[in-house]
Amino acid sequence: MALHTMTLAELTAGLESGEFTSVDVTRSLLDRIATYDAKLNALITVTGDAALAAAAKADADRAAGNVGMLNGLPVIHKDIFCTRGVKTSCGSKMLDNFISPYDAAIVERMTAAGAVVLGKANMDEFAMGSSNETSFYGPVHNPWDLDCSPGGSSGGSAASVAARFAPAATATDTGGSIRQPAALTNTVGIKPTYGRVSRYGMIAFASSLDQAGTITRTAEDAARVLGVMAGFDERDSTSVDAPVPDYLGEIGESIKGLRVGIVRQHFDEGLDAACAVKVKEAIAVLESLGATTVEVDLPNIDLSVPTYYVVAPAECSSNLSRFDGVRFGHRAENAEDLFDLYCRSRGEGFGDEVKRRIMTGTYALSAGYYDAYYLKAQQVRQLIADDFRKAFADVDVIAGPTTPTPAFKLGDKVDDPITMYLNDIYTIGANLAGLPAISVPCGFVDELPIGLHLVGTHFAESTLLRCAHQYQQQTDWHTACPEAFA
Amino acid sequence: MSLDKDQVQQIATLARLKLSEDEYAESVKKLSRIVDFVDQLSQADTSGVIPMAHPLDVAQRLRPDVVTEPNDRDHYQENAASVTDGLYLVPKVIE
Repeated sequence: MALHTMTLAELTAGLESGEFTSVDVTRSLLDRIATYDAKLNALITVTGDAALAAAAKADADRAAGNVGMLNGLPVIHKDIFCTRGVKTSCGSKMLDNFISPYDAAIVERMTAAGAVVLGKANMDEFAMGSSNETSFYGPVHNPWDLDCSPGGSSGGSAASVAARFAPAATATDTGGSIRQPAALTNTVGIKPTYGRVSRYGMIAFASSLDQAGTITRTAEDAARVLGVMAGFDERDSTSVDAPVPDYLGEIGESIKGLRVGIVRQHFDEGLDAACAVKVKEAIAVLESLGATTVEVDLPNIDLSVPTYYVVAPAECSSNLSRFDGVRFGHRAENAEDLFDLYCRSRGEGFGDEVKRRIMTGTYALSAGYYDAYYLKAQQVRQLIADDFRKAFADVDVIAGPTTPTPAFKLGDKVDDPITMYLNDIYTIGANLAGLPAISVPCGFVDELPIGLHLVGTHFAESTLLRCAHQYQQQTDWHTACPEAFA
Repeated sequence: MSLDKDQVQQIATLARLKLSEDEYAESVKKLSRIVDFVDQLSQADTSGVIPMAHPLDVAQRLRPDVVTEPNDRDHYQENAASVTDGLYLVPKVIE
């Protein structure tokens, strides 16, 4: 079996038995990246020398009996996570020159567990986008069809895992940025509960929505990485101080008796008919495993996208005010005065979509409009969260499609922000309510992959992983590899 | 509700963004489209609804007011475009 095709579980078994070393694995994947990434543009930075050094250390640690949960396992970090001494661009010209002075909490935790970092993944600029086309470094191509988008904002992470550059990548999700690219690339993406994973060192977009998670090929691998990433961190004021379950240990438990909610609005005319068939088949597999389905209603869910496009830009306009051309990031030349320095550094450093969201947010928060937009949106957000709370009185998970369609062509939606925003129509609700959610491969439409979306109650990651894992034991969609990257 | 160029200029000033003429034209069009889209929110009946303050309905955690950060100024300032003697330099603010 070729090393690049292996999951984290398979690599761990091979490292344990001594069949190969982490240096072997790391070298093999770095070679693949060097050969194939010109086609995908999935990585912004490759950290080859550091990766080989980390792999050698992991092998030495293993020989010494010091074996962390991720010992010797190759991973790629989304370029939104700060990595000490390595460029951390967030997909933006603004941070093209930024060498992070410290590691993000999840980078620290994963490195301490023995992970080997191969590089930093491409992404939409400041995670604002659903197609990876807003990146300063150019779009990422979908390994399943190079003319298509891999989704976004974690498009580089998803494309890397789909193309077998790495068995796991970190990612972030503010409105669907882990789950939508996972669905469009035939990978598993989990967005944990708000506060489950520390956001320390994760460049902020919309702080009441942002959460870090993973992209892998199996739910089992997601459980392994999430178990390392999750947990309390006093450096993130929204980090939740609650014990982390043994996700990997609980994954084998049966889902017999699990109550699965189906939202009627998720299967209306907005959903591609062929996708609907595939998603219904996937739900039938859950039923065959002993789950029961119940129809549930989320009466305000249709307002989730407009709610999001007030709350997220408002928070981003505040968060991104830190980019002033003074302490770090792009600085305009020959500024006339301080005001000119701010305006030109930001005007030159940010791309179109980021400027648009900053301006939308500035407008929504400005005097005279605050009540009509921001306050109203936070009220509707409460209604949406209440809808979920009521629905979860009767069900354990809510199942539906991750996206309305399979991957779309690069360039197709880039001119109309609203069409692009509507791509996240099924995923945004979980962010607004702070709920965990996962996308798992559930078939192909026109030879392009799509995903089954499962949402759980707060801190029910274990249920989602178990449900996705049991589904993957019955199906083999996730083992399909794009032909050009076999 | 559509936005006009004056409004977009005012927003760009508040946001400290310098835009080119082309960017203004594009922004007027696209921001108006976004504002129209989010105006759907006005349909929702939110009378008596308390605006969400935190997705988990908890209060912000506080910590004791003690110094916890080491002084690593020189290291952090390696990312700054212009520093002297540990100070960040900007264009003259006061004549």
